[in-house]
Amino acid sequence: MTARTIAMFLLVLLLILLTGFLQSWNTALYILNMGLVSAIMALGLNAQWGFAGLFNVGVMGFVALGGLAAVLVSEPPVPEAWAAGGPRLLLALGTGLATIALVVAVHKRIGKRWLRIATTVILACLGFALYRMLFDPARDAIEAVDPATTGFLGGLGLPVLIAWPVGGLFAAGAAWIIGKTALGLRSDYLAIATLGISEIIISILRNEDWLARGVKNVVGIPRPVPYEIDLQQDPGFAGTAAGLGLDPVTASTLYVKLLYAGLFAIVLVALVVLSQLALNAPWGRMMRAIRDNETAAAAMGKDVTRRHLQVFILGSAVCGLAGAMMTTLDGQLTPGTYQPLRFTFLVWVMVIVGGSGNTLGGVLGGFLVFFLWVQVEPLGQALMQVLTLPLPDGALKGHLLESAAQMRLLTMGVVMLLVLRFAPRGLLPER
Amino acid sequence: MDLLNALVALTNFVIVPATAYGAQLALGALGVTLTVAVLRFTNVAHGDTMAFGTMVTILATWGLQSLGISAGPLPTALIALPVGIAVTAWLLLATDRMVYRFYRRNRASSAILLIVSIGVMFVMNGIVRLVIGVDEQRFDDGARFLVSARDFKEMTGLDEGLAIRSSQAITLVTALTVMVALFWFLNRTRSGKSMRAFADNRDLALLSGIDPDRVVRITWVLVAALATIAGTLYGLDKSFKPFTYFQLLLPIFAAAIVGGLGSPVGAIVGGFIIAFSEVGLTYAWKKVLGYTLPAGLAPDGLVQLLGTEYKNAVSFLILVLVLLIKPTGLFRGTST
Repeated sequence: MTARTIAMFLLVLLLILLTGFLQSWNTALYILNMGLVSAIMALGLNAQWGFAGLFNVGVMGFVALGGLAAVLVSEPPVPEAWAAGGPRLLLALGTGLATIALVVAVHKRIGKRWLRIATTVILACLGFALYRMLFDPARDAIEAVDPATTGFLGGLGLPVLIAWPVGGLFAAGAAWIIGKTALGLRSDYLAIATLGISEIIISILRNEDWLARGVKNVVGIPRPVPYEIDLQQDPGFAGTAAGLGLDPVTASTLYVKLLYAGLFAIVLVALVVLSQLALNAPWGRMMRAIRDNETAAAAMGKDVTRRHLQVFILGSAVCGLAGAMMTTLDGQLTPGTYQPLRFTFLVWVMVIVGGSGNTLGGVLGGFLVFFLWVQVEPLGQALMQVLTLPLPDGALKGHLLESAAQMRLLTMGVVMLLVLRFAPRGLLPER
Repeated sequence: MDLLNALVALTNFVIVPATAYGAQLALGALGVTLTVAVLRFTNVAHGDTMAFGTMVTILATWGLQSLGISAGPLPTALIALPVGIAVTAWLLLATDRMVYRFYRRNRASSAILLIVSIGVMFVMNGIVRLVIGVDEQRFDDGARFLVSARDFKEMTGLDEGLAIRSSQAITLVTALTVMVALFWFLNRTRSGKSMRAFADNRDLALLSGIDPDRVVRITWVLVAALATIAGTLYGLDKSFKPFTYFQLLLPIFAAAIVGGLGSPVGAIVGGFIIAFSEVGLTYAWKKVLGYTLPAGLAPDGLVQLLGTEYKNAVSFLILVLVLLIKPTGLFRGTST
């Protein structure tokens, strides 16, 4: 760790502390927690882009899959919905999967081209029809069960912490499918394919109400930490809070946020240590060799596509893990709020600004860029207030003040372009 | 008679909308494919370039409307279009000057340029949101229908109506004109030929005395024109909302890849393939089947293969199929 690294992380600490003193400690801890989550997302993307040179423009999809895992693992099951159509739905999904497997198997076996195409198409159509025949009534039955509060199958009712690795697994599964199709082709094909899968994952989350209630949102996901209201009623806690000179309400929210920060920090530190170990091991040297010169690495007998697939899956799994953590922190899954600019391209800004190829660089970028993301809005408002002071009240002034909220995207773009131009290796360059 | 009804219903709900949408996608994909062929990178900011061009056109339309100028039965936006193209071309040239030129001179890889275009996308998106906001805007005026469903029914005596909105007809006419002009430019003019030479083999083109900066400038102007026209036509046909323009990125790229990145003909074919599959798979076929099948066999359900929410899944599926079966696309394009 160089002096520069230490200085940069001290700067982050300073910024968060300043937020605490000048604005509020709740905001400061929010930035800290989301900064930790963002750092983990940036770590995942950094593994793909920084260590292997792979384009993943679908971070949002993997993050959302992590969020789905949080719902499916920790929400209590809805017995009425299961009774209404659970087994039928599973049967339908099984049919769908079996069709795909059958089509792939048949496609591999038949040698004659026209026969292969004909059988594949016919099998796919038949399978799809059967799937819809089983699926549609089951879905309608499930969604009809008390749609205002449930209308979905619910989850397994397990502790939410289990959802974190499961979120990683979900994302890894999706990454495997994408990697298998798009890796080994032109590098930008992977970009478009990931863009596509992330849009589809979000569409599924928005529209499949039986799965996670769609845009009706799942709220009140069980927590790994105590609830504020319980803390406030606990006389011991209230006593301690009073001893520190805080009222119990503020103290409880801060305490809960600190607990989350602790949990997230453990995950982040573990991931950083693991990836540093991996990078210093022969595996890391091999990955860098492949990134810097694929042809030479292939000539040395390295299976480039296979290694790419491996690191692509690992990176996506880390993004899925971060997504599950974020949904746990929010306590709700809101598919309507997943926007590619926020969850895919902002993570790109983090990696580029922090330093692609440098583990700690990505982490730094996660904190700094998220800090900026939160603070640009009030700063932009304040700036616009000052700039529009001489203007008379009217439509133009109103429009300008209103649009100041949109300043953050512009700022992110300018920051990214400036870093790319003047410090292309980021704030913490790869050694 | 039933067969005719089925045909009219099919035309009304599938062929006409898909043709208009396909033309819009084709124009967008042409812009993407030109960037890939000449500038050698995948421009993620293309959707937002379309949004920017449309926004300028909308502002110009409002300006013309407030002056009392209109194009009669045609939408005013058509008169405003040159303003939109000019401002967008200026923006792209300025962006090239301030951002892309540095990387081109350094011979940066296409990967770096793709990332740079992410930054450009943020900035353009920010500008659009700052200027016009995130809300939906409608700016179509003039005659709404070329053929309305009721007139058609009265004229032919069929049960099914056929409606052709003027925006759809305008889309098709404009797109055809633009495509013919583009191919004429690429194949017949000196500048177009130097562009193609530059795309084919950059070093050889430089040796033969082609001015690279000029080629790049021409390309950006063409991209600006294509993006603005595609965006405006889409906005006239549906409505303008900055976010939907970002989402057009996926079908547009799918179209360009299906046709073969870097191939203009491929981009057009790809645009129509994507549009027809998207509309065909998300259309509820109940009506058409009801007319064509014998009475006993008519389906009960909607016979909709995919919900309309999943229309982006269609472009993705086609994209995956092409990547698996023929990664170079239908028409072999350039490679970066």
